[in-house]
Amino acid sequence: MDTVTLARAFFGTSLAFHIIFATLGIGLSFMVFLAEVLHLWKKDNDYFIMAKRWTKAIAILLGVAIPSGTIVGVQLSLLWPGFMKIVGQVIAVPFKIEIFAFFLEALALSIYVYAADRLRPVTRIFSVFLVAVGATASAVLITSANTWMNTPAGFQMKPDGTITNVDPWKAFFNPTFWSTSYHVVVTALMTGGFAIVSIAAYKWLKQRNDTKESTIHRKALVLSLVVALLFSFLTALSGHTSAQKLHVHNPAKLAAAEGLFETQKYAPLAVGGYVDPATHKVKFGVEVPFLLSWLAAGRFDTEVKGLYDFPQDTWPPFYTHLLFNVMVGLGTLLLMIAAIGLYMYWRRMIRRGDSYPRWLLWILALTGPLSMLSIEFGWIFSCSGRQPWTIYGIQRTSEAATTAPHLGFLFFMFGAVYLFLAVLVVIVMKSYFRRNPIQKDIERYLS
Amino acid sequence: MIEPKIAILVIWILVFIYSIAGSIDFGASFWAMIYTKQDTQASEIANRFLSPTWEINNTILVLLVVAVVGFFPEAAFTFGTVLLVPVSLILLLILLRSSFMVFAYSVQGYNRTLRTVSGLTGVLVPALLISALPVTEGGLVQVGPRGPELDFGIFFTSPSVYMYMLFGLTSELFLSSLFLADYSKESRDQGAYKVYRRNAILFGPITLVVAVVTLLSFRPEASWLLSNINRYQNWFVLSIIMFVIGYSALWWSDRGKKLEGKPRIAVIFVILQYGIATFAYGTSHLPYIVYPYLTVGEAFTNINTFYSLLNVLGLGLAILLPGFIVFWALFLKDKRYLQRK
Ligand code: HDD
Ligand code: HEM
Ligand code: HEM
Repeated sequence: MDTVTLARAFFGTSLAFHIIFATLGIGLSFMVFLAEVLHLWKKDNDYFIMAKRWTKAIAILLGVAIPSGTIVGVQLSLLWPGFMKIVGQVIAVPFKIEIFAFFLEALALSIYVYAADRLRPVTRIFSVFLVAVGATASAVLITSANTWMNTPAGFQMKPDGTITNVDPWKAFFNPTFWSTSYHVVVTALMTGGFAIVSIAAYKWLKQRNDTKESTIHRKALVLSLVVALLFSFLTALSGHTSAQKLHVHNPAKLAAAEGLFETQKYAPLAVGGYVDPATHKVKFGVEVPFLLSWLAAGRFDTEVKGLYDFPQDTWPPFYTHLLFNVMVGLGTLLLMIAAIGLYMYWRRMIRRGDSYPRWLLWILALTGPLSMLSIEFGWIFSCSGRQPWTIYGIQRTSEAATTAPHLGFLFFMFGAVYLFLAVLVVIVMKSYFRRNPIQKDIERYLS
Repeated sequence: MIEPKIAILVIWILVFIYSIAGSIDFGASFWAMIYTKQDTQASEIANRFLSPTWEINNTILVLLVVAVVGFFPEAAFTFGTVLLVPVSLILLLILLRSSFMVFAYSVQGYNRTLRTVSGLTGVLVPALLISALPVTEGGLVQVGPRGPELDFGIFFTSPSVYMYMLFGLTSELFLSSLFLADYSKESRDQGAYKVYRRNAILFGPITLVVAVVTLLSFRPEASWLLSNINRYQNWFVLSIIMFVIGYSALWWSDRGKKLEGKPRIAVIFVILQYGIATFAYGTSHLPYIVYPYLTVGEAFTNINTFYSLLNVLGLGLAILLPGFIVFWALFLKDKRYLQRK
């Protein structure tokens, strides 16, 4: 691999690793907040136990989220020094504000975790609320930098590369900032919801007798299903808005995502399949007539740009079609699963007083990982759909990359450590929750 | 233009804050490792301090990096290219250290192994971090056709680099023991206080000697810096006076208390000592960021970005100040936390 490809693979891997922990940090702290509020409102200690246990999981995850975030932050300068030269001049502000979001989250979380026993309930809820706010704010701020790469604004570049007329706030609130941040936040909350759905469903499966423990799992499942359903719905809506923004601002990305080569009105939507690089056709896909035009701007006669309108050396890779389809497909699937899951709860348990179907619990247990997978695919789509640009239309990835040697060796080292830590996190989680079974908490807080 | 000067001042202030906070943080995990087996509370005390604070320290490091990128994009470019390998190593070590510290808090069984890893990385990281300083002083960076590059041959054989590392290490051990002495006294833990006070007494003079030897071992290419430093001699003398006062405070009698010494005063004066020395070193380093290729003026960002960043920095700190105060009260003052068994 050449240096640029190596740098891309390296950086993508670091981010793909970080994003798992960062997303859960947002989603789970929101779930803890909800549980704390329900505890205070319903005076039901079951929710207190949930909050306690989920917080423990967050604390363990943050042990990786924070250093891995530090890694991507510093790696931006290490692997993309050419890019950071422009970032520093134009879009440094969100990075700087983000630091304060980190501080906020770190302070509030330390207080919530290590001083909970010394706080009044309302103060405790306030501190976990700040944790969620801090985590969400960091996501929005980093997304601002990313949207600026997709739709750069707030500066001018002279032919010789010097940068003038900088307006940092215009760069910050670039044309896709609001729509994308919204999509990123609701997907994180959706994933947090499904993560709990998975665990609660699985644990409930293992505990079918009507014990105190299964009651807690049932309550956790219902709470998280409501969250997951609500935010999957918002995810679909906001994703639609994101796609419309692509139509306006990054038409080449949309064209590659849909495997569309000829510019046309009444453009069809290609679902599934792959883009054949030889024939420039989508193979094995299903074409829904007119739908793409309609999705892009709400009218069937909308003209959608095809790849032939762009010079071939600026085409994004064709596999973005697959990435985009998987993200959208999983989103649709998860939305349906959440709806069915709640409906069955209502029909089988509330109306008939019956038991919850086991097959459905098995399916629900899979939703967390699937949701995380959509996040990964979405990001890789967003970043590689921008290729060959790092800053769309301004700077090519090859101009942004480092020239330093030894990348391969470092990539290998980091990859190995990521793998090692991923395994270790699972072991630590298991070992902690095995030694502190929910029964212990029930005895401590409910009797 | 005054703006680049303000920007570099902010950077040096951040470097200073991180070098103190980082030394205490990394040092604490080193001491937690050393005293794991002892029956004093020394290890417990170090960990009690570490659990809530390492995150904040880490964020200060990120703040520093982001500030360099924002204020001096060109410097971020040079450092990013030149320091790829050492900084990557630092990152890996930090990743291991933080996660192992958190894991150690959750998994009681493997405490020893986990603490050893975080303790060892706690000494390696500061040594590597400080090696960025000699790189900026000239002779180690070559600008070739592919851009700036670090000459690893010279880097790894230069006594100056190793002296810097040694200085980083002894400073870390000195500052952290001093701080932990104060922290143990606040926690009313006699055994731990004695241990850390003794360590501070030992490492104070060692650090001073190492600092002087480091200055003497400067590479010939860095003679420009040495002659600048000579012009600020008075500052360094002042710094040493601060050290003497702070150090002697370890013996001041504290009326009514049975523990000898006033570690709080010692901490304050030693921080002053480092502050003055950092300022003098930083001023001597002007106008270069990386000698002789990059000056403060050349690396500076544009005016609009500078002011936005400065405003954000000021506003952010102002908003978060209450948070830091609450934090301080809960973890560094509250008797219920400090004296927990
Ligand atoms: C749970 C995860 C998840 C789910 C179910 C969806 N998305 Fe998504 N999507 C993301 C998670 C995500 C993401 C990881 O958060 C991305 C990556 C970059 C970004 O802005 O958000 C993203 C990006 C992204 C983009 C690219 C934005 C850009 O590159 O500028 C579009 C067009 C969509 N999404 C559209 C959709 C649609 C129409 C969905 C239908 C349900 C959908 N997404 C579901
Ligand atoms: C959408 C993608 C991302 C999300 C949602 C996200 C979110 C988060 C969250 C929640 C944390 C934990 C904060 C804390 O508790 O202190 C974190 C840490 C961090 N993230 Fe990310 N992040 C994302 C991508 C990135 C990228 C691309 C960078 C690099 C520029 C980055 C840089 C960092 C840094 C430096 C930290 C550590 C902060 C500290 O030291 O406390 N993140 N991120
Ligand atoms: C957190 C989830 C993210 C993932 C999984 C991700 C993934 C990737 C991947 C796979 C690449 C390589 C692209 C290719 O080679 O085709 C890449 C490139 C890049 N991404 Fe992202 N990305 C994420 C978020 C972000 C964010 C939030 C930023 C903004 C700061 C960002 C900035 C970059 C940069 C600077 C590059 C290198 C230049 C380029 O290839 O265009 N990424 N990312």
